[in-house]
Amino acid sequence: MNVFLAQLLNGLDKGGAYALIALGLTLVFGTLGVVNFAHGALFMLGCFCAVTFRYLITLETVTVDPEKLSPWGAPVEVRTPLVQNWFGDFGAVLVDYSVPISILLAIPVMLIIGIAMERGIIKHFYKRTHAEQILVTFGLAIVLQEIVKSFFGANPVPQPIPTDLRGAADIGVWFGMAPHVLTYPWWRLLYLLFSALVIGGVFAFLQFTTFGMVVRAGMADRETVGLMGIDIDRRFTIVFGLAAVVAGVAGVMYTPLLAPNYHLGMDFLVLSFVVVVVGGMGSLPGAVAAGFLLGILQSFASMTEVKSLIPGIDQVIIYLVAVVILLVRPRGLMGRRGIMES
Amino acid sequence: MAIFKPNRRSLLKGAGAGIAALGTPYIFTKGAWAQDFCNDPTNGKIVLGFNVPQTGSYAEEGLEQLKGYELAVKHINGEGDGGLLKTLKPVALKGNGVLGRKVEYVTGDTQTNTDAARDGARRMIERDKAIMVTGSVTSGEAIAQQSLCQEMGVIYMSGLTHSNDTTGKDKRRYGFRHFFNAYQSGVAIAPFLAKEYGTDRRAYHLTADYTWGWTQEESIKNATEALGWETVATVRTPLGLGDYSQYLTPVLNSGADVLILNHYGHDMVNSLPQAVQFGLRERQANGKNFEIVVPMFSELMAVGAGEAVKGIIGTSNWQWSLDDEGTKAFTKSYGEAYGEPPSQSAHTGYVQTILYADAVERAGTFYPPEVIKALEGFEFDGMGNGHTVYRDSDHQCFKEVLVVRGNENPSSRFDVLNVIGKTTREDVTYEASIFGGELGPYEPNKC
Repeated sequence: MNVFLAQLLNGLDKGGAYALIALGLTLVFGTLGVVNFAHGALFMLGCFCAVTFRYLITLETVTVDPEKLSPWGAPVEVRTPLVQNWFGDFGAVLVDYSVPISILLAIPVMLIIGIAMERGIIKHFYKRTHAEQILVTFGLAIVLQEIVKSFFGANPVPQPIPTDLRGAADIGVWFGMAPHVLTYPWWRLLYLLFSALVIGGVFAFLQFTTFGMVVRAGMADRETVGLMGIDIDRRFTIVFGLAAVVAGVAGVMYTPLLAPNYHLGMDFLVLSFVVVVVGGMGSLPGAVAAGFLLGILQSFASMTEVKSLIPGIDQVIIYLVAVVILLVRPRGLMGRRGIMES
Repeated sequence: MAIFKPNRRSLLKGAGAGIAALGTPYIFTKGAWAQDFCNDPTNGKIVLGFNVPQTGSYAEEGLEQLKGYELAVKHINGEGDGGLLKTLKPVALKGNGVLGRKVEYVTGDTQTNTDAARDGARRMIERDKAIMVTGSVTSGEAIAQQSLCQEMGVIYMSGLTHSNDTTGKDKRRYGFRHFFNAYQSGVAIAPFLAKEYGTDRRAYHLTADYTWGWTQEESIKNATEALGWETVATVRTPLGLGDYSQYLTPVLNSGADVLILNHYGHDMVNSLPQAVQFGLRERQANGKNFEIVVPMFSELMAVGAGEAVKGIIGTSNWQWSLDDEGTKAFTKSYGEAYGEPPSQSAHTGYVQTILYADAVERAGTFYPPEVIKALEGFEFDGMGNGHTVYRDSDHQCFKEVLVVRGNENPSSRFDVLNVIGKTTREDVTYEASIFGGELGPYEPNKC
């Protein structure tokens, strides 16, 4: 039972990340009709917002100690963090909590990047075919990852979990089990909560604000909304920025779980597309449901008992589900009629 | 009857004719070699091909290796402080190039990809006329290039490759490995595991699902079971997986008290911190502290894994903080050139280049069969690994293997690993036949 619960929790945690990425992707498709292959790169840029913030906050003064020599005979450098010099203990806390604090940097940065990307490149491809949109956004993704690589190198840059949130929570004890029977990392629990909050926030924004109502109307019938004198293009540009922010903050919070590298966006790209296709292109609830569903399936497929029955199932389960969905219900679980159907 | 009375003139004539007669076969033979092997540099440039990952998952290790190669060329050509040419014993190189001529090089990017590595090596041989190709960070790259070089009659000095297969079932006459292998890691680490964690343990393996992972798992499993450890499960994980959480949760309730991560590169950089995040190191199982072991360590990966690496035991081919003369000389040369201590990737690349050049110098020719014979069975010292031999039967170097532990209190950002012991060359030596394979012929193909 506890193994089952642990895998379920793991699936929800994974699904949270998938849902967050797929949410932005399907938002862009639903509003702009653009298949954005650069969406994974936005997730990666979010990760590097956290890396950049930590780099800035840990800037050091470097002095040379002529008394000590390195193994090759050069004087040893002594490094002192500036923030800790200036703010003392508060500086140390800032450094320790650099990942969650960097969300404050990621939100404006990703908004600007998203808007610039849409205004600079994507808008010129609205009326082009999906194949051309895929080509240009894929090219953009490669450019972005090469830029990141030139600044940060090819190796992963690990980001630490704040000291208070390290280690694992003894969840089993909360439910009356013996100690150490069911444990799960604090940060992963936090990520699950964070995913739920962001997803809830996006849905609330679209459901309960005038802006969201216009966007939903535009998603249903763009032309009619335009004829009513509403500048729907401007709103869709902001939606693109919002999608970039969602991907970015998802990336920021993911950095302690997976040391970011320039290639991370590509690693998540295919997966997030599968999630969107399974959920239904353009369907926000579908993307979220499919994200959690695929996360849970992937987690259970990795269990030794399951793998011994069907070897290699852990590596193909997601794609197997996608194939079945496309065969049985091409529009996806919650897709609108006509989308991806002949 | 005329009596032969030698005088000084006839003696000189006779001696000259004799020397010419004795030398004639050698000249003809040497001329024959010159026409019979790929990229004979006798009348052209001496080009070495450095083919390493400069992009992809292992780019950082590849670029480090490239620095080692470039430094080696400088030292061979007499530039810089000479590095390990001052400590290598015996040494034929004189610091004036190879056979009196300067060496040049070309570089390639394997993209951490087996096919790209093979294509790059072919391009170096066919277009750039490389007489020797070297470089790798994965065993897949090394085995692919080694096989190609055998087909084309060009010597391949592998870079970083740890699979038993490289000098086992996939060994080639034209391929040589200085780096240690998975079997040696297992033999080297076992006594230290017994000392630190006891002989009554239950191990759970997570293994990268490719050639290196398989041989690593087999070697460590054999070594730990010989100690008395029980293997609870061996689980294969996809190569390049980022999030290992779904493979770590089953470990928690498996009854194991040791997790062995047969992961390298980015796999290890991700899986080790995630295992620590799951609280495995704070966990008690079977009445003992739960332990994590990473049998194969690299400094760059240890840096990548951050704090999670502290206290973790593994093995290493070489470490810059050793105190032998060779290590000190190399660390000094490399530190002056690049402002940081060298990694084991840079070290093995450097050593391989020097060993090839020295073998050519000793053979007196670039003709591959003669160079191969000069390397086979070559015993040397002063390269940072103690007394070393290039075994003739499988082209594997035999030397001490280091057992290392992640530094609990690093004094600098370079000070990530502590050497906690060395396993002797004799202890890590094995019968070449146990891993099978055939070296193949000496005679080269024309490319």
